[in-house]
Amino acid sequence: MTHSNAVGEWLDIGPVDQIAPGHARTLPVRGGEEIAIFHTLDNQFYALVNACPHKRGPLSQGIVHGSVVTCPLHSWNISLKTGHALGNDEGCVPTIPLKLDAGRIFLLREAVLGKKAA
Amino acid sequence: MEFHDGIDPVANGGDDMIVPSADVRQHLVVVGNGMAGCRAVEELLARDAGRYRVTIFGAEPHVNYNRIMLSPVLAGEKDFEDIVINDRAWYADNGIELIAGEPVAAIDRAAKTVTSLSGRTVGYDKLLIATGSDPFIIPVPGKDLPGVISFRDMKDVDMMLAAAARGGDAVVIGGGLLGLEAAHGLTLRGMKVTVIHLMPTLMERQLDEAAGWLLKTALEGRGQTILTGADTAEIYGDGKVEGVRLKDGTQIPASLVVMAVGIRPSVALAREAGLDVGRGIKVDDHMVTSDPDVLAVGECVEHDGNVYGLVAPLWDMCRSLADGLTDRHTGYKGSVTSTKLKVAGLDVFSAGDFSGGEGCEDIVLRDASRGVYKRVVVRNDRIVGAVLYGDTTDGSWYFELLKKGEDISAIRDLLIFGQAYAALGASGGGALDPKAAVAALSDDAEICGCNGVSKGQVVACIAAGNGSLDAVRGSCKASASCGSCTGLVETLLALTLGDDVQSGPKTLCKCTSFTHDDVRREIVAQGIRSIPEAMHKLHWSTPDGCASCRPALNYYLLCALPGDYVDDQQSRFVNERMHANIQKDGTYSVVPRMWGGLTNPRELRAIADVVEKYNAPMVKVTGGQRLDIFGIRKEDLPAVWADLNAAGMVSGHAYGKSLRTVKTCVGSEWCRFGTQDSTGLGVKTERMTWGSWMPHKFKIAVSGCPRNCAEATIKDFGVVCVDSGYELHVGGNGGIHIRATDLLCKVATEQEALDYCAAFIQLYREEARYLERTAPWIERVGVDYVKQRIVEDEAGREALRSRFLYSQSFSQEDPWARRAAGDEAELHQHLAEVRPLETVA
Ligand code: SRM
Ligand SMILES: Cc1cc2nc3c(=O)[nH]c(=O)nc-3n(C[C@H](O)[C@H](O)[C@H](O)COP(=O)(O)OP(=O)(O)OC[C@H]3O[C@@H](n4cnc5c(N)ncnc54)[C@H](O)[C@@H]3O)c2cc1C
Ligand code: SF4
Ligand code: FES
Repeated sequence: MTHSNAVGEWLDIGPVDQIAPGHARTLPVRGGEEIAIFHTLDNQFYALVNACPHKRGPLSQGIVHGSVVTCPLHSWNISLKTGHALGNDEGCVPTIPLKLDAGRIFLLREAVLGKKAA
Repeated sequence: MEFHDGIDPVANGGDDMIVPSADVRQHLVVVGNGMAGCRAVEELLARDAGRYRVTIFGAEPHVNYNRIMLSPVLAGEKDFEDIVINDRAWYADNGIELIAGEPVAAIDRAAKTVTSLSGRTVGYDKLLIATGSDPFIIPVPGKDLPGVISFRDMKDVDMMLAAAARGGDAVVIGGGLLGLEAAHGLTLRGMKVTVIHLMPTLMERQLDEAAGWLLKTALEGRGQTILTGADTAEIYGDGKVEGVRLKDGTQIPASLVVMAVGIRPSVALAREAGLDVGRGIKVDDHMVTSDPDVLAVGECVEHDGNVYGLVAPLWDMCRSLADGLTDRHTGYKGSVTSTKLKVAGLDVFSAGDFSGGEGCEDIVLRDASRGVYKRVVVRNDRIVGAVLYGDTTDGSWYFELLKKGEDISAIRDLLIFGQAYAALGASGGGALDPKAAVAALSDDAEICGCNGVSKGQVVACIAAGNGSLDAVRGSCKASASCGSCTGLVETLLALTLGDDVQSGPKTLCKCTSFTHDDVRREIVAQGIRSIPEAMHKLHWSTPDGCASCRPALNYYLLCALPGDYVDDQQSRFVNERMHANIQKDGTYSVVPRMWGGLTNPRELRAIADVVEKYNAPMVKVTGGQRLDIFGIRKEDLPAVWADLNAAGMVSGHAYGKSLRTVKTCVGSEWCRFGTQDSTGLGVKTERMTWGSWMPHKFKIAVSGCPRNCAEATIKDFGVVCVDSGYELHVGGNGGIHIRATDLLCKVATEQEALDYCAAFIQLYREEARYLERTAPWIERVGVDYVKQRIVEDEAGREALRSRFLYSQSFSQEDPWARRAAGDEAELHQHLAEVRPLETVA
């Protein structure tokens, strides 16, 4: 889980069991960038802006393995922990601080709202 | 948070203060006679026995006992007497007043008193809250029925034992540590136990997919029924529990229901007393709450944002607390925890962070025949996490290395084999290199257990000219079966040949040393039934594979176990998961099937309506003789499909590694050159083959005469009709490398054309590698081989054909219809939507 100790106001996104392991779900943000929330097969949760650094492919639709998602459009591998493209590819997508508390998912509000569409 | 030192300097005096009688000593009152409360007192006594007068309130009518040993008590391995930590004599000898069976009901911080449920009020100088946790009860109907219990204290165990004595069925809700220990105990006590777990893997917070799968398999082997991904709807019964009903309607009869879904810090008392409470009672590094005279310890506290549910952190907390109360102030810094399951014969261990990720390397060892899975996660030469199944002897060693942050680079290659082996390497004087360890093996040391091949035999085989792994496998059979000795054989190759080792055939992906063909063979030979099982038995070097091997394994299993294998959606590429083609802007295109390229007004109207209703920006005729609707959002897909279904149309699988289209031409019905009914045969062929999953996409065409308007000779399977019958063509490709078909044979009847088609597809399905189209496959195996299997071997052809039709009996269900009816709705829905106030206003 990324930066669970970040300080600020947290948005309650709902219970963890809404996302099965290996799956991702999306969270559109009015006036901002859509966010993808991932649940890995290792039972970790991560949140990223739902746009591949390559050509903005929807990362939520990729195959998740380890803490990596393979983009559905041209198969770049993106680290869920850092948002960086792995291997020979270069680029980075913003990550959103996420924490779990009492079975619910929380995202750092300022990070959610801060990612305005370019 | 403000830091208090927990001591009142005026009242406490200096070092030379003499304590004349119990009355003038400070009075420490402890609420909670459990593991943390009593341990804190023990630590305090060890430092300064006479300093405080101690009174302990306990809600339970017992002396302090070892709560974690309730599982062995339930399992019949221990009695209550065996798990008592402090007996009555301990309290008496240390002058501690124990008020057992009397819960504290209120704290008055102004008056500095506590009052018990029965009305007894006691004053304190220092108060220690150690109330532990409350079991979480899921709010379903029937949760209060007699026979529904949790698993927290001795009273619960007594109730379980009484229920078990009556026999019958039990349901345990929750497949975590507690739930599985309860299930184990009840099974040993003779009950028929079903475990209901919400998540797809057991103990998902401690284990990864691979270890969770092994655990589930082992428990099922012991007669438990394990239902994962199962959501409880209600507990039913008339006056007492009679069973549990799941959200999918399944009913499981039970006379006992144990709820073990989790725990919550027990904070009610602290909250009512106005103390600072988050998830737990907030404490500083010295276990002092927001009131300097009130301390808290154990599972009820929240320290630095963390709450704990295991005993190891409590010991650390109790030390810091006692240090603080006796002026030492070491301070608690948080704990790293490890977990072990206490089920006899099942060794499960996990520690730290095993989520992997950037800069992390997984070292994985899988020994299928011993049922062992070990995974150590390393970052910057330090262990950050570990999951062990089947052999946990080295758990504590890894955990020590992890906690100390020790640099493991020197023992990295041997790390996964455990402490003994790593030490052996270290003592061998520079023999840390695993190569040296292998070199040191004697000639008769066994390398391959499956085929009984010794080191001497492998070396002789290499020396005889077998310079690659594959050659060794072929000649002396070492590493040709389960493959667990592959690493050893490779080391021997390197030792014997140096740089002259020939690289073997390409492996399926970087996660395995097996080729596609090896994997397919072993899936069948070993009767493998799931992806985690395949990864385990075939020694995958990554915990859950990658985007290359997951889809391949999913296909191979699907092909090997028609009707039986449960498709793993997450191992499918987005298009096959969404049953539509993803476009560059993240929308989807939708292609309904048009049998043999035929359509009618009803279908065309439905398509036109969909285009208008969902504002599809484009609709186009494809090269596959049907219509493609573009720009549909994932949320709208189920509704679009429902509309198309209503007009009788099903998925065209334009997105799948599956049968795509069957192109036809006009044929003898209308065309002046047509020799046979090519349109009719095309429709029949598509009806027979649609819905089938393949190694790659598969295209068919039927042309009515050699003019070949349907381009049958660049298709995977093509039929060219002639006066005397049907020419069957295979292995064509119109794509990147254009390839004209090979002529397979000529047949006389439509039925034969269909039968050969089915047999050919099945041969391709069973033998081609994932993502290999028919053209490269036939170039690899040769068209003569295909002819021999399909044309010359009549019985073989018939067997292939019937295997194909059997498999089709399961796959010809329209995937759109299921989704349109609401199946897997979450794939199409957003989790939620964020509407910040400023943009809504
Ligand atoms: C829609 C269509 C173009 C059209 O508008 O006509 C099309 C569209 C795509 N083709 Fe095609 N192909 C279409 C007919 C063809 C044909 C012609 C045919 O089938 O007769 C060919 C050559 C014949 C062949 O396959 O041998 C063809 C050879 C390819 C190839 C190269 C395959 C090869 O083995 O080399 C690819 C790439 C791939 O599959 O890896 C491809 C891949 C694609 C993909 C799936 C690219 C992708 O991965 O996104 C395109 C999907 C667009 C979409 O979202 O729908 N398409 N594609 C045709 C759909 C037919 C249908 O009704 O299902
Ligand atoms: C079946 C089982 C198996 C476990 N196995 C393991 C294991 O293998 N490894 C591991 O590390 N951990 C294990 N645990 C967890 C471990 O037992 C707890 O972490 C530990 O007991 C917590 O100690 P505690 O003192 O905070 O709480 P507890 O031990 O629960 O003590 C709290 C006490 O306070 C009492 N109390 C509560 N409110 C009041 C009140 N108002 N007035 C007076 N008394 C009150 C309670 O009755 C209880 O006796 C297991 C737990 C269970 C139930
Ligand atoms: S080429 Fe043959 S099958 Fe095609 S339209 Fe002409 S006659 Fe008919
Ligand atoms: S958009 Fe993600 S790989 Fe191209």
